[in-house]
Amino acid sequence: MSILVNKNTRVLTQGITGSTAQFHTRACKEYGTKMVGGVVPGKGGTDFEGIPVFNTVEEARKATGCDATVIYVPPPFAADAILEAAAAGIELIICITEGIPVLDMVKVKAYLAGTKSRLIGPNCPGIITPGECKIGIMPGYIHKQGDIGVVSRSGTLTYEAVHQLTQLGIGQSSCIGIGGDPIVGTSHIDSLRLFNEDPKTRAIIMIGEIGGSAEEEAAAYIKQNVKKPVVAFIAGQTAPKGRRMGHAGAIISGGRGTAADKIAALKDAGIAVAMSPADLGSTMKNLLEGKA
Amino acid sequence: MNIHEFQAKQILGRFGAPVPKGQPATTADEAVAAFKALGQDKGVIKVQIHAGGRGKAGGVKLISSADQARDFANKWLGNKIETHQTGPDGRIVRKLYVEEASQIARELYLGMLVDRKAGTVSVIASTEGGMEIEEVAAKTPERIVTESINPLLGISGFVARKIAFALGLKDKQVGQFVTLLTALHKAFWETDASLIEINPLIVTKDGRVVCLDAKMSFDDNGLFRHPDIRELRDSNEEDPAETEAAKYDLSYVHLDGNIGCMVNGAGLAMATMDIVKHYGAEPANFLDVGGGANTEKVAAAFRILLSDKRVKGVLINIFGGIMQCDVLAKGVVEAAKQVNLSVPLVVRMEGTNVKEGKQILAESGIKVITGADMADAAHRIVQAIGA
Repeated sequence: MSILVNKNTRVLTQGITGSTAQFHTRACKEYGTKMVGGVVPGKGGTDFEGIPVFNTVEEARKATGCDATVIYVPPPFAADAILEAAAAGIELIICITEGIPVLDMVKVKAYLAGTKSRLIGPNCPGIITPGECKIGIMPGYIHKQGDIGVVSRSGTLTYEAVHQLTQLGIGQSSCIGIGGDPIVGTSHIDSLRLFNEDPKTRAIIMIGEIGGSAEEEAAAYIKQNVKKPVVAFIAGQTAPKGRRMGHAGAIISGGRGTAADKIAALKDAGIAVAMSPADLGSTMKNLLEGKA
Repeated sequence: MNIHEFQAKQILGRFGAPVPKGQPATTADEAVAAFKALGQDKGVIKVQIHAGGRGKAGGVKLISSADQARDFANKWLGNKIETHQTGPDGRIVRKLYVEEASQIARELYLGMLVDRKAGTVSVIASTEGGMEIEEVAAKTPERIVTESINPLLGISGFVARKIAFALGLKDKQVGQFVTLLTALHKAFWETDASLIEINPLIVTKDGRVVCLDAKMSFDDNGLFRHPDIRELRDSNEEDPAETEAAKYDLSYVHLDGNIGCMVNGAGLAMATMDIVKHYGAEPANFLDVGGGANTEKVAAAFRILLSDKRVKGVLINIFGGIMQCDVLAKGVVEAAKQVNLSVPLVVRMEGTNVKEGKQILAESGIKVITGADMADAAHRIVQAIGA
């Protein structure tokens, strides 16, 4: 079991002619993901290594019966690609693209509210259910099938957490990267709700970072609703105020969004907070073994 | 990206927001000419830097003669101003702004920003103008109104009027405010702004609503569609190493410590800074080389982080996903030879092509300390610099 994606998920790649998209479409296919089609306006009728390419998402949906799509389209056109996928009724839209103007996402978010589509990202590594389905850019081999849910705003830091778990022999149910932008489709809370409802997820790792208040809101949500053990880490304990730390959303503004505030909120909610990023796996292990 | 007050006022003025008449100056003669061009007895002269708190630091002055304009210019141009926002390093003053003086009856606050929680653009307004809004939020939150603006509708008249009444505006001021808010919202969307702050927004003694100060920031991701705004970038207000990094599409932030960090991914880069601190030292920078870095980019990153003379040791932490460890290793070797590396270097690599990467480093002849994992690497670099 898992959240959102499994061995039956049929996936489309939007922007499949780009080199990054091709590299990762190939890697996902090799991992075992059902990559059923691609979309590039004007390239309909061609194929990429046997994967048929269509002019529009609507056409691709009809022809392939896909229920998920992954977007590698460059930033100026990425918002349009998300809208196209939602208009075609695709249930799960994963946007990897980094650098989308935030106001484009404001419009996208308002539009999505009236549809049944769920957006993951943008500016995220994607989602993986180990052993079944990998959609995105994460290295597949570090994962292991199991029962820990991982949700994170960061890509490589997620890999770090997953790697630590796998090294300790602890597998993952699903790992979701929600993205480092100020406005994202799926929040920490959305992901926590899904993991909480997933019978095969036993415990959850949540990785946050400075900026905004998503982790504080998640802490309150966990306290009220989540019955499973949660381990958290907040990146940016040493980040200065008012400076953007790589991710568009990682900034302490007006003294709010600090790591200290987030850690305090998480601890208040009874969540096991790893103070060092090297302790993510061991904190989970201790918690599972009742040592925490 | 931030711009100066006078630039923000020029932009907002173009969209129809009421701003005082004025001119920028970079020399004492220009300041005098700008004062004379006002054609009035009085004017205000202001230091232009990308930081607030200028008034308290003496960087804003009411003047009533050309000589006063010259004296102010001579006092500040080329000299440092230190405000609570610049920090102890201060900023060199290179530009001034001379504008008409206003008769202030009331000072209000008006802000517009991307509201992460609501996922919209929101308006924040307060009757407490001239104070920092964070301070008002902490002390008297009841004096702040926030309205989230539906992006598909824009500013509706009733929403604007609601804010106007909350600010205690009356009669013709309400209509003026609705027009102003509509102009700001249009400016916000059409320039890909991330913040517009009017503090204070004033009501003049003759009953007009005027933007007395203005601050605008822009979404870096939106700049590609606004070449005119990108030209307003003032590199004098930015750290030279950060400007250099931006040329290579590297994300670099200069910090105060002595361990240079090079990492792929923003979250892991922050976590690496954190673990350096965890082992008792301080990071010298945040540096994310990104996913698609090539050898040239990695070499540039390495040079930039070593250009900071405070750096006593370097920690490289790479978890190769898209980023391939061999590419990274080649870049590091190339750069280490170019700059004649003289400080300890610890490398922790994991992920794609890690074996090839380690081999390249081992055969390079450069002295590299290998970290088995993140904790081990951080521990080793802190040890190596003897902190």
